[in-house]
Amino acid sequence: MGKNFFATRWGIIGVGALIGVLASLLQKLGNPGNMGICVACFERDIAGALGLHRAAVVQYMRPEIIGFVLGSLIAAYLFKEYRPRLGSAPVVRFILGVFAMIGALVFLGCPWRAMLRLAGGDGNAILGLAGLAFGIWIGTLFLKNGYNLGRTQKTYAAAGWLMPLTMAGFLALMIIFPRVPEQPQSGVLFYSVKGPGAGHAPLLVSLGIGLLIGFLAQRSRFCTMGALRDLILFRQTHLFGGFLALVVFAFITNVIVGQFKPGFAGQPVAHTLHVWNFAGMMVAGLAFALAGGCPGRQLFLAGEGDGDSAVFVFGMIVGAGIAHNFGMASAPAGLGPHGVAAVIVGMAVCLFIGFTMRQTAKQGDQR
Amino acid sequence: MTVTVDARGLSCPQPVLMTLSEIKSGSDNEIVVLVDTDTSKENVSRAAVSRGCTVGNVEPDGEGYKITVLRK
Repeated sequence: MGKNFFATRWGIIGVGALIGVLASLLQKLGNPGNMGICVACFERDIAGALGLHRAAVVQYMRPEIIGFVLGSLIAAYLFKEYRPRLGSAPVVRFILGVFAMIGALVFLGCPWRAMLRLAGGDGNAILGLAGLAFGIWIGTLFLKNGYNLGRTQKTYAAAGWLMPLTMAGFLALMIIFPRVPEQPQSGVLFYSVKGPGAGHAPLLVSLGIGLLIGFLAQRSRFCTMGALRDLILFRQTHLFGGFLALVVFAFITNVIVGQFKPGFAGQPVAHTLHVWNFAGMMVAGLAFALAGGCPGRQLFLAGEGDGDSAVFVFGMIVGAGIAHNFGMASAPAGLGPHGVAAVIVGMAVCLFIGFTMRQTAKQGDQR
Repeated sequence: MTVTVDARGLSCPQPVLMTLSEIKSGSDNEIVVLVDTDTSKENVSRAAVSRGCTVGNVEPDGEGYKITVLRK
């Protein structure tokens, strides 16, 4: 059995660095500001493309997300790591996905985008990353006290295919109903005419980079939440190397291509409400920690056959619909009308899950 | 003496938590950890080494792996 280079220290650093460079280039090629890649925002755009919410400025079937899942599936099959499995408290993972998305949309970005916002000079990202770390820290306290969603079961290979097939279906819809210039709808799909949803790199570039990142992230187990969690919980810096490399290399690329603009006010798709930038990401960070992976990692796991991660992803997509329909998502102008309620309810739900879903040592031994 | 930690079917970071807890509180010289994904295999091995243990045999076991961790 060969050694997996990507799971070494230099492997994860290399993958993080490459993601940083590619994300900045995707922005250069048309993706929205400091949003070369944002898993939460892009899943929110997918929810919009499907009409699950009708926020006209954030509707686009993002091929990067499709590529993440399919790239991971390809890597998992090539390296014989495809393991169809499910059954570890799926409904809990769905709810965590919903509130992870709602929290992320109060901040306006997932951990990936928080890092890219920092690398683009957006000072508000510091508050978001601090909130993320704080939420993950709360998660590690639950983990230390026995929080556990239980074991998965082996399942049919085809069950693990459902998320990749869904993504392939989304891609097919994009090809059948392509964007028509200046038209908000093409067949069953919605397309933003203005706003972040209208900004995107060419389809094949987005898809190709998504596939590459999905492949490499499956091999390296790249995870932004795990990076902070392992640092806090085990004092382990392995995944953190990839996290840092992403920020540093995205920053360098941004400087080279002229995308680095330091400051707090007037940053793209961002607001300057420090408390809520912190609080939104705190909720998201806790939800990711309780679900065992950042939104990117959940896509990669779904690609290698993890049905529970697939449920989390669907939770995030549905959560995006709820966040926009109920006025909980922020906008550059500030919080949505129900943004504060979103944070309070999200935190209450995550704490409820963390406090109640603990196994005693004895139960943990049972199989 | 050998103790077995069955982390099959558990996701990140449970296999590492269980292994570290056994390294910390257990008294057996040899800890056998059962995992079912390559990610867990890598994570458990890395964590054991970081706590000054050595990783002996790593052999395929059913759908997963059987990792032998040796206390110093």
